[in-house]
Amino acid sequence: MPKLHKFHGGMHLQGHKSESLQHDLQQASLPPRLVLPLKQHIGEYNKPLVDVGDRVLKGHMIAANSSLICAAVHAPTSGRIAEIASYPVAHPSGQADTCIVIDVDGDDKAAEPRLPDLQQLDAQQMIELICRAGIVGLGGAVFPTAPKLSRGKTQGIDTLIINGVECEPYITCDDILMRHYADEVLRGTGYLQRILQPQTTLIGIEDDKPEAITAMTAVLAQDDSINAEIVPIPTIYPSGGEKQLIQILTGREVPHGQLAFDIGLFCQNVGTCVAIARALEQDQPLISRVVTVSGDNIAQPGNWEVRLGTPINHLVDLAGGYLDADNAHLVMGGPMMGFSLSGDQVPIVKASNNILVTREQTIAHSIGYHDECIRCSKCTEVCPASLLPQQLYWHARARAWERTQEFHLFDCIECGCCSAVCPSNIPLVQYYRSAKSEIRAAQKALVKSDRARLRFEFRERRLQLKKQQDEERRRLKREALQNKKAQAAGDKPAVADPVQAALERVKARKQAMQEDSQ
Amino acid sequence: MILAIVTISLMAGLFGLVLGYAAIRFKVEGNPIVDQIDAMLPQTQCGQCTFPGCRPYAEAIANGEAPINQCPPGGQATIVALADLLDTEVLELNAEHGEHLDIPLVALIDEQVCIGCTLCIQACPVDAILGSAKHMHTVIADECTGCKLCLPPCPVDCIYMVPTEQTIDDWKWSPPRSLEPLSNA
Repeated sequence: MPKLHKFHGGMHLQGHKSESLQHDLQQASLPPRLVLPLKQHIGEYNKPLVDVGDRVLKGHMIAANSSLICAAVHAPTSGRIAEIASYPVAHPSGQADTCIVIDVDGDDKAAEPRLPDLQQLDAQQMIELICRAGIVGLGGAVFPTAPKLSRGKTQGIDTLIINGVECEPYITCDDILMRHYADEVLRGTGYLQRILQPQTTLIGIEDDKPEAITAMTAVLAQDDSINAEIVPIPTIYPSGGEKQLIQILTGREVPHGQLAFDIGLFCQNVGTCVAIARALEQDQPLISRVVTVSGDNIAQPGNWEVRLGTPINHLVDLAGGYLDADNAHLVMGGPMMGFSLSGDQVPIVKASNNILVTREQTIAHSIGYHDECIRCSKCTEVCPASLLPQQLYWHARARAWERTQEFHLFDCIECGCCSAVCPSNIPLVQYYRSAKSEIRAAQKALVKSDRARLRFEFRERRLQLKKQQDEERRRLKREALQNKKAQAAGDKPAVADPVQAALERVKARKQAMQEDSQ
Repeated sequence: MILAIVTISLMAGLFGLVLGYAAIRFKVEGNPIVDQIDAMLPQTQCGQCTFPGCRPYAEAIANGEAPINQCPPGGQATIVALADLLDTEVLELNAEHGEHLDIPLVALIDEQVCIGCTLCIQACPVDAILGSAKHMHTVIADECTGCKLCLPPCPVDCIYMVPTEQTIDDWKWSPPRSLEPLSNA
């Protein structure tokens, strides 16, 4: 058992975990239609690989990006492509985005799996298979896993950390996943070990999940091939954040501007491990995930294994419907970091760990009015990233973007602790998110304007050059003409000036005539 | 007395030499303030400021020949940044030069109507129009700065300015509502 460390700040929150743990993990039925957003990851857009009317089988790749195939979208079941159109998606903007809609045929027929010989695979081949399966980090960041593994492998990893910490209230999907699929979590961990060759592997699980710890320990005890250690850690929010978990387990801090693998650490969520195991063992791409449905406005909270693209209202029906349908507010994610959804027709995507159904608008940042900051510094005490939330707030509110960056705005993990403790109810995180998006937009504009400047200057130079060349050509032409004239003159007998000569001839004749007449 | 005079003279001579050497060795090419101003301008090259491009406008500002509020594409944000850099008063955007659009424009050529005269290609300050004589032209949308300079030369009026496509990634979190930004930074 490694020595546990502490991170700065953090909070003890009411768990609300028992509500959704009353039932076992359930398999969600297939809805009549699946709506799959083209982009469910961090990175560039995918392009559809299918046309309307095509028949697809479960596991067919239906959208991918040619440059980065690792976040491809696959058909979660068999059916026919009904349309490729804009539908509301799970995004804080509430906007619509391009989605592929599949009419489900109900057969759930899978494409013929191509099972690789697992023992023979080397690390590179395993990364390729993970890439083809469209696996992204299921802990919430949805960063494509395969490129992360390649980076980690080149950097060299000494400690692999498996994140089984689910610190936000209400969410229990990783808890129930570990109870049910402990064997797959550990086999997935084994594959990660084969790829990354770490010296130690730590599986962090919060101590409010004793059943998960028991299940994982039991499977680990049976399997000698995996050299890992299960580490129960104290329940404190946000210990599930990557940087916070690293600090708890290793005592190391990820420096500003760096990522975990820069200091030899690699963090992966338990759900991602299951996805990796299924991709390698069954050739099954990422087409489903475990989703918690919980909150005070849902009849039977619980956990479901759901195909991606399932509309949330289908899931709500499975959970017995709303208690108070007129005042139902939906949040994707937990109450601390989640965002409000525009409606219940939004589909489940790779990032959806939890659907929170509440009676009131509980997300703090939706408040329009707040009191003034009284400089109590409670936010500074709880900030797990050791930032100065108060300073960030002043500068963000004054739109002093440079100053916010000097106070390390981009190290903020948006955990919401500062907003939660604020006695003036300032929606601090919303200020930070707004500042971050303004800064990102400005950076994007700067890239574009730099390109425009280069192109403008290049054009100016080109025009200048053309002008010079034209002048040079004219000069050469002029000179050539003069030379030609001179040459032509040189061919005839040398006459100094023909006009003068003619005048002289006339003069001489006149003189001769005068002399004659005399 | 004499010693003091000699010492001071020697020191003055020495420092003079050092400064003279530094002036040659560390000579700054061009006017660095122009580069800084130019970096803040949006590089639309539209000429709405009455100068032929962003850099000439930057030079005019640096020489004190033009006020900082003549750039509609940059809008208020650019004015604030310039005022901060030059330590001058923040002005309102001069409406004579045009108005600021939140969503930038991009040129679109109606290829059915285009006669392939190449006049727009010659007008484009960033070489963002592709085509050749008697062949239809098209705009490289990623490179277009939305300057509108291609509109006047077009003999058949087949170029339109359309707002750039906004994806979900361009969306920005709004700050909490009903609060005015603080005036001091």
